[in-house]
Amino acid sequence: MAEQPVLDIDKLKTYFYLDDEKVAKAVDDVSFSVYPGETVALVGESGSGKSVTALSIMQLINKPGRIVEGTIVMNGKELLQMKPKQMTKVRGNDIAMVFQEPMTALNPVFTIGNQITEMIRKHQKSSKNQAREKAIELLKTVGIPRAEDIMNEYPHQLSGGMRQRVMIAIAISCEPALLIADEPTTALDVTIQAQILDLMADMRDKYHMSLLLITHDLGVVSEYADRVMVMYGGQIVEEGPTKELLRTTNHPYTKGLLNSLPNIDKHVDRLETIKGTVPAAFNFPKGCRFSTRCPYVMDKCLESNPEITEVGPEHYVRCYLHENGGIPNDESR
Amino acid sequence: MYQYIIRRTLVFIPMLFALTVIVFTLALLAPGDAFTGKSLADPNVDPEVYERQREEAGLNDAIPVQYGRWISNVAQGDFGKSLVFNGRSVSELIEARLANTLYLGLFSLFITLVVSIPIGIYSAKHPYSLLDYGATGFGFLGLAIPNFFFGLIAIYVLAIQLDWFPAQGTLDEPGMTGIEALKSRLHHMVLPGITLGLAGTATYMRYMRSEVLDVLGSDYIRTARAKGMSDRNVLYKHTLRNALIPIITLMGFEIGMLLSGAVITEQVFNYPGLGTLFLSSVVNRDFPVVMAIAMLLGILILVGNLLADIFYSIIDPRIRYD
Ligand SMILES: Nc1ncnc2c1ncn2[C@@H]1O[C@H](COP(=O)(O)OP(=O)(O)O)[C@@H](O)[C@H]1O
Ligand SMILES: [Mg+2]
Repeated sequence: MAEQPVLDIDKLKTYFYLDDEKVAKAVDDVSFSVYPGETVALVGESGSGKSVTALSIMQLINKPGRIVEGTIVMNGKELLQMKPKQMTKVRGNDIAMVFQEPMTALNPVFTIGNQITEMIRKHQKSSKNQAREKAIELLKTVGIPRAEDIMNEYPHQLSGGMRQRVMIAIAISCEPALLIADEPTTALDVTIQAQILDLMADMRDKYHMSLLLITHDLGVVSEYADRVMVMYGGQIVEEGPTKELLRTTNHPYTKGLLNSLPNIDKHVDRLETIKGTVPAAFNFPKGCRFSTRCPYVMDKCLESNPEITEVGPEHYVRCYLHENGGIPNDESR
Repeated sequence: MYQYIIRRTLVFIPMLFALTVIVFTLALLAPGDAFTGKSLADPNVDPEVYERQREEAGLNDAIPVQYGRWISNVAQGDFGKSLVFNGRSVSELIEARLANTLYLGLFSLFITLVVSIPIGIYSAKHPYSLLDYGATGFGFLGLAIPNFFFGLIAIYVLAIQLDWFPAQGTLDEPGMTGIEALKSRLHHMVLPGITLGLAGTATYMRYMRSEVLDVLGSDYIRTARAKGMSDRNVLYKHTLRNALIPIITLMGFEIGMLLSGAVITEQVFNYPGLGTLFLSSVVNRDFPVVMAIAMLLGILILVGNLLADIFYSIIDPRIRYD
């Protein structure tokens, strides 16, 4: 892509220094870019490092965590070099974030109106009245009925779906270049999930934002994302344009995620799962981090962790199998 | 809300009734009465005299009879006369002391809040710092040392050795007025105020620390920071308001703690408040005074709890009484 990326992350490492001298390498050498107007999905099981990646971009990592290495460049500015005060002008204004838990993400003791206008007033020197009008307009934009009344209500008076709409209204209020959504629908009713995702896609187009959509649901990915990054054990293990990646899957982990999706075309008695669990971030295996669960594990995989390599147009994978022509066909049902 | 307050207030009545029955029975079951001490003190007076006074005061009647007489007088607003202070009315006696105790309690609460809240916040912002460890150490000491013992040390060091503060009383000279009197009053309240507030300060400090730590780790604080709000705004607006909610609840109980603490503390500092009056009345078996003070303390504690609940609903919009 010839265009300049909105966000360019290079070799990002975020570690948590635990009590007993253990180091949890939650994000370990992650590089990727996000281009204007596109939706990039970050996919992986719980514990794979997606949230820590997002919070690192926002620089909201708390002790005992620390960004130990890497660069994060946003529209030409290097965020990790910024002073904390400068960073508060980036957060909310250039990059905004929607979180997983709408039930707890809003402050229970302040009105919805207060929580939207304080942000507008912080980033755009507007008067109280201007901010209020803008907030009402935003609430209408994200599909909240009775916007004027809701301004004076408290979070506990709204449903989860409505609260997530409020969170989206807050996130887009200063027209950020990048919106990060960390599993925005995981905590919501299935019937509302599609509405919220559609709303975010609409907002992305309306405000010309890029969207970094974090999810563990490959079904969501195929519907909304232009590109996909699959994360496992703090690293990106496969990355590519959505169609390409779903058609010619090159990493056994991605394959495993796909196989565990319900499929109406195929009749199966029970859904497949990936055996085992994500290893703890302070206790990764020596070689490939997926080796403990991989059905195709080879001797080599136990020795060293493969580098990420290009296997197709814009398609990258971190697996030794591609040297032998990809995932063997016979075993993949 | 108003309905709630009225309902709560109505519940006070049976509670106070039960309180008076219990205290009255206990007070009269105690051996001796107001005249026992007098007859021992002055053997020249014919015991017959006291027996007559006893009969007049109705002390020879059965307890339920005495209680019935007392409660019906109270219902008409008459708390009776002291049996010890030459027949002065109980209301008059208490009035003179109540203000002193309220001043001391408020002053102590003020010191407690002014000291514990900022230190609690600082400890939470800088956990495991030197000041945090210091505050923790002070907290343990504050809770472990009994009021009266701390009071005695304070008197010995700060009043006798260093002579910074007076050790007893409320005023330098009787009859002072205006600003001078106020200054003297505050000066006299420093030592008893600190002594009385010691345990509270330790408790609030620990509460504040853990609350602020808790709130700082919550999702909505992360949201506020993700919005680009400044550290100041995050701490003083988003965190503080939430961290204070349990403190308010605690303050409802604190009123009871302050009043019961005052009984001992006032004694140590010879401070003319309700506490000293209460103790001396118990010792002298001046039961009309004991009863009136017990009832007053009961009312204050109940009202304190009600106020805490009301504040609670103001500061936390999730709490609604109806
Ligand atoms: N506050 C923390 N303290 C210690 N370890 C953490 C903390 N937050 C995250 N981690 C580590 O980082 C790993 C990745 O977490 P996370 O990014 O939240 O996963 P995901 O969002 O993909 O479910 C976790 O498995 C955990 O080991
Ligand atoms: Mg997560």
